[in-house]
Amino acid sequence: MTISRQDIEKVALLARIRVDDQEVTALEQDLGNILGLVDQLQAADTEATEPMAHPLDAVQRLRPDVVSESDQRAAFQAIAPATENGLYLVPRVIE
Amino acid sequence: MQWDVVIGLEIHVQLATQTKIFSGSSTAYGAEPNTQASAVDLAMPGTLPVANEAAFRYAVMLGLAIEADISRRSVFERKNYFYPDLPKGYQTTQLAQPIVGPGHVDIELADGRQKRIRIHHAHLEEDAGKSLHEDFHGMSGIDLNRAGTPLIEIVTEPDMRSADEAVAFARKLHGIVTSIGICDGNMSQGSMRFDVNVSIRPKGEDKLGTRTETKNLNSFRFMEQAIHQEVERQIDVLTDGGAIVQETRLYDGDTQQSRSMRTKEEANDYRYFPCPDLLPVVIDDAFIAHARQHLPELPDARKARFMTAYGLTDYDAGLLSSGAAMAQLFEDTVKHGKDPKLAANWLLGELSARLNSEDREPANCPVTGAQLGALILRISDGTLSSSGAKKVFEGLWDGEATDVDSLIEARGLRQVSDTAALEQIVDTVLADMGEQIAQYQQADDKKRKKLLGGFMGPLMKASGGQGNPKLFNEILRRKLDR
Repeated sequence: MTISRQDIEKVALLARIRVDDQEVTALEQDLGNILGLVDQLQAADTEATEPMAHPLDAVQRLRPDVVSESDQRAAFQAIAPATENGLYLVPRVIE
Repeated sequence: MQWDVVIGLEIHVQLATQTKIFSGSSTAYGAEPNTQASAVDLAMPGTLPVANEAAFRYAVMLGLAIEADISRRSVFERKNYFYPDLPKGYQTTQLAQPIVGPGHVDIELADGRQKRIRIHHAHLEEDAGKSLHEDFHGMSGIDLNRAGTPLIEIVTEPDMRSADEAVAFARKLHGIVTSIGICDGNMSQGSMRFDVNVSIRPKGEDKLGTRTETKNLNSFRFMEQAIHQEVERQIDVLTDGGAIVQETRLYDGDTQQSRSMRTKEEANDYRYFPCPDLLPVVIDDAFIAHARQHLPELPDARKARFMTAYGLTDYDAGLLSSGAAMAQLFEDTVKHGKDPKLAANWLLGELSARLNSEDREPANCPVTGAQLGALILRISDGTLSSSGAKKVFEGLWDGEATDVDSLIEARGLRQVSDTAALEQIVDTVLADMGEQIAQYQQADDKKRKKLLGGFMGPLMKASGGQGNPKLFNEILRRKLDR
């Protein structure tokens, strides 16, 4: 399996990662190698294997529904770039 | 050309847990911005989610209520997209292995027939925060209190054929989730939000048309309007030889306008994958059995009980039992006011009219069942006339007083039922009405009934509106009928 430049550009756009032409060329090589490994794995017979959602063979522990967090807005907002009236400010988003 | 309408719904139901689905932050509505957004909710590096047991219990209760398959093993996945009110850059949700599998909800159609709406599945996920686009010096404000609030998203099959059916389904589902107590049902606060998928096809055609999705409708009325409008729009487009574009639309209930959300093609590529931070959740039989044991009465069972226990008609029982808040109001009213029929009349008459005119939910009704019950007792024992009762009701509604008896005294609404006192008023009034009396006594029975009304006005006036009209009537007839 190979990956095209267009694939890489699309994934980069979706992930909001800026890559220049040179980096795309390097990534084409790197990701191509990784997909080569995946191809090897694909060859394994998994007919009798259940798909795993997690590498650990364990189940999620559930938490009781009790409030355990207190208000720490002041601490969190001290490190935010911009706040006003308790809100975090971000570059304007319009739908 | 004749068209068939095909509707499917996706409903986001906020679960009434105390805390968020993956953190111990409070989910209470209306707190100061960001005071209920913890490090987990803010996606601070190094934090990890821990799933809330109550969210799973509520999801299982929903599954039982809609007779659905419940997955013993469910998996959380990441749905990746960027938006400032989604701090992690992905929504933790379920896709391939949702907690609730196929089920169904039966609705009643206008003609009384039942129709089964199939549920495709329901999955647990987290809500996003809120973006405020008012002007903050050209920036947007973000409140993350809602981020991480547990949601169950219920997805139907495209089984509805009209706006009426869709609204009937939405109301029924609202009744179910509020009755089993997994959601407060407060639509104006966004506790239940509907996405409506609409397509049309020529009558008789099997193949589905291209659908559009109108998102985030938070009232039954808006939902109905949005569907009507979208159906009209699609018919216009197709009749003009155009094609429907699969798109997401927004409906503004205030302007009653819908518009296309311009979304880039890539935006729909969510790159789901299993969330490595969360292990699969396994529900055992004991968990499900416990939920089943504690499942409150469902609307259909309640309706049947209202008919047998209180002697209500099918229609009244249906209206009073469909929502948890209205049903509770009814039972409280009957508990204090005894007469179930009178209670039903007041709840479906005066009280519902006021709720509708103020666009309020029964859950936010300012008059309690105990108050209405006390009012009904005073109607039954003759203390209040029907017009006096209406005045007391208004007083309770407007918060003038909380106690029915003190309202009656304060406003002087006690009906005079003392026969001797009423006789005296009748005698005084009749003394000046010789002409009308002669006219009455010359009339036949049918006319007399009409003419009797002419005496009631002056009598009510003379008694300051407090005379018992029924007794006035009796006294009048005794004195005039010869």
